[in-house]
Amino acid sequence: MAVDTTVNSAPRASIWNDPRGRAIIYQVLVVGGVVLMFWYLISNTMENLQNQQIASGFGFLDREAGFEISESLIDFSAASNYGSAFLVGILNTFKVSVLGIAIATILGILIGIARLSSNWLVAKLAMSYVELLRNIPLLLQLFFWYGVITVSLPGPREAINPLPGVFLSNRGFKVPVPEAHFAFTMAGVALVIGVIATYVVMRWAKARQARTGQPFPMLAAGAGLIVGLPVLAWLLGGAPTTLDMPELGRFRFTGGITLTPEFAALLFGLATYTAAFIAEIVRSGILAVSYGQTEAASALGLRKGLVLRLVVLPQALRVIIPPTTSQYLNLTKNSSLAVAIGYPDLVHVGNTTLNQTGQAIEAISIFMAVYLSLSLAISAFMNWYNQRIALVER
Amino acid sequence: MTQVTDTTPQDEGERPPALSVGPLGWMRANLFNTWFNSALTILILWILIETIPPLLDWVIFSAVWGDVGPEPCRAGEGVGACWSFIHEKGRLILFGLYPSAEQWRPMLVMVLFIGLVAASARRELWSRNLAYAWGIGAVVMFVLMYGGVFGMEYVSNTQWGGLPLTLGLSTIGLVVAFPLGVILALGRRSNMPAVRSICVVYIELIRGVPLITVLFMASVLFPLFLPTGVTIDKLLRAQVGMILFAAAYLAEVVRGGLQAIPKGQYEAAESLGLGYWRKMRLIILPQALRISIPPLVNTFIGFFKDTTLVIIIGLFDLLNAAKAALTDREWAGFYMEGYLFCAIIYFVFCYSMSRYSQNLERKLQTGHARR
Repeated sequence: MAVDTTVNSAPRASIWNDPRGRAIIYQVLVVGGVVLMFWYLISNTMENLQNQQIASGFGFLDREAGFEISESLIDFSAASNYGSAFLVGILNTFKVSVLGIAIATILGILIGIARLSSNWLVAKLAMSYVELLRNIPLLLQLFFWYGVITVSLPGPREAINPLPGVFLSNRGFKVPVPEAHFAFTMAGVALVIGVIATYVVMRWAKARQARTGQPFPMLAAGAGLIVGLPVLAWLLGGAPTTLDMPELGRFRFTGGITLTPEFAALLFGLATYTAAFIAEIVRSGILAVSYGQTEAASALGLRKGLVLRLVVLPQALRVIIPPTTSQYLNLTKNSSLAVAIGYPDLVHVGNTTLNQTGQAIEAISIFMAVYLSLSLAISAFMNWYNQRIALVER
Repeated sequence: MTQVTDTTPQDEGERPPALSVGPLGWMRANLFNTWFNSALTILILWILIETIPPLLDWVIFSAVWGDVGPEPCRAGEGVGACWSFIHEKGRLILFGLYPSAEQWRPMLVMVLFIGLVAASARRELWSRNLAYAWGIGAVVMFVLMYGGVFGMEYVSNTQWGGLPLTLGLSTIGLVVAFPLGVILALGRRSNMPAVRSICVVYIELIRGVPLITVLFMASVLFPLFLPTGVTIDKLLRAQVGMILFAAAYLAEVVRGGLQAIPKGQYEAAESLGLGYWRKMRLIILPQALRISIPPLVNTFIGFFKDTTLVIIIGLFDLLNAAKAALTDREWAGFYMEGYLFCAIIYFVFCYSMSRYSQNLERKLQTGHARR
């Protein structure tokens, strides 16, 4: 007893035996170790840079780039500076990612639903697609598609012409586009107005239904606003229908827009590969909603469409959306494989710059900054979304 | 399916209608149950009939087989596959630039490796001895690859390539990255703010950028980070880059497992008087790792596929060796055969991994899962 009291009444245990004190010591050690490591790496880097006489800093972005970029959304020539070269790269990354995401989503949903089809043949085909594409490296698939386009398709003279105005050759794909006209600008503006108006009407309809219980035919109204308004604007603008058709001239194609082989292979490869993953997510999301939910909803007297819209989809989407966004992010990051087949995305342009200027640290920091801000933006959106749809439990 | 509503004992004459049992019944239930499905079935059958025979013809019947050189392939280009390309270049694709007289060594390494993997797949062999076997196996494999002893010619790792390189990069990468990932995951779940933030920053930084960036960093920046005069070879740099990358992804998977362990388990371990490391090692991690097996295997598969990216920094893995084989002017244009050959190898590895994980998941089920 006496011994106990002396121990207990001791003013303080030694720092080492106090969990809080120990935590502080551990953290000081860890932080110290990390700081030391960084200091070591940075001092080595400084010394090496001095030895190689490379000036650090982003001043090189203003210098003349001196190389051409095969496709660009903005004006770019060899006389432009490295800064705009990077901008071209970033825009090209965005272009292929946005289109890839759109195609992968549609394809993925279709295949995901097909995997659940009651038709044995359809389900098995969808399963083979998913297993085949998921288990082969994306880079190999990209090389394959690039090979299909550049080796197996005929030259421009014998280009395959499946539809009028569409030419497939080993120099890329030619497709017709509508000729620029004022009506298209108007239709674009009308589309934006339609989307905003739909949103406003939807809020009003929801509030009214909550207040009075009267439903509003939102689907018809929304479709009318989003599709109808632009069509109306296009009609009012004179309904121009002239297409800029590609034609085979003496040496090359004129007119239309070109999808380069690099872009086409990258877009196709990324979209089909990511679609396999999205299909699995969609399938598991639909399976996650138990059949009892459907039965309960029908017991309440909801029609089939309403059951799907009000009961099944909201619950399935809660499972589907978070992993799907990370697939979108993966697609964007995977678009950096463009460098292997020569599509001028951010990494490709950056790599050229790096080889020309030797500004390795700066080029790699630009890569990291761009991809990181994209990831952070998407995860911020995800957190917001997750909070919004999270199950509210009592 | 059809239901038997009549419960009275059936006479000889009272059988279910012929259209509802047997293959016909199965077809009616699974292929022609609605008019839409019937239309789909017919459409798909038509497409299959149109595509499968020409494909088989290309792959097998009209293909050029054997060691006959490129000329017969050129003659039949577009009609049949040219498997003599694989016959000619298969060794280059499988072993890269490894000296051809010594290629029995990487061959032996792969046999050894696949044998060890096959042994590890059997759960009844999971024991300490298996770990020793892997340790000894690793030493033997490295000795075989490098040579320089027992009368074997020395082969520098710049000449390594093909499948052994792919398997080596991914296995060593995962073996080293796994403990790192566990430590990062524990750090992220720690209640020490400084440790937690360092782990969070590392994990999010690596996961936020593409692997190519990390590999670029490894190949371009690592030499700058080291003291002047010290160099590390390209293979090691790529390996370090892959490890740093894999560790962040594995950490997130393990964290998922840790989060799924109920708080009671932590408290129970603490009430037994276990310290932090013993609590983790004996109570928490065994459970957490078991529930993370399926996502871990998915990460392994992804990582195995990602090793193809070392092509960007100029290593001759399986895919790059195939690309190199295609640069031979004599054989130019047979990309489809070369890539198909690689694709089959990758597919076999990835698909067997995923099937094995599904199998293991079922066996390790402790009965909590809903059926």
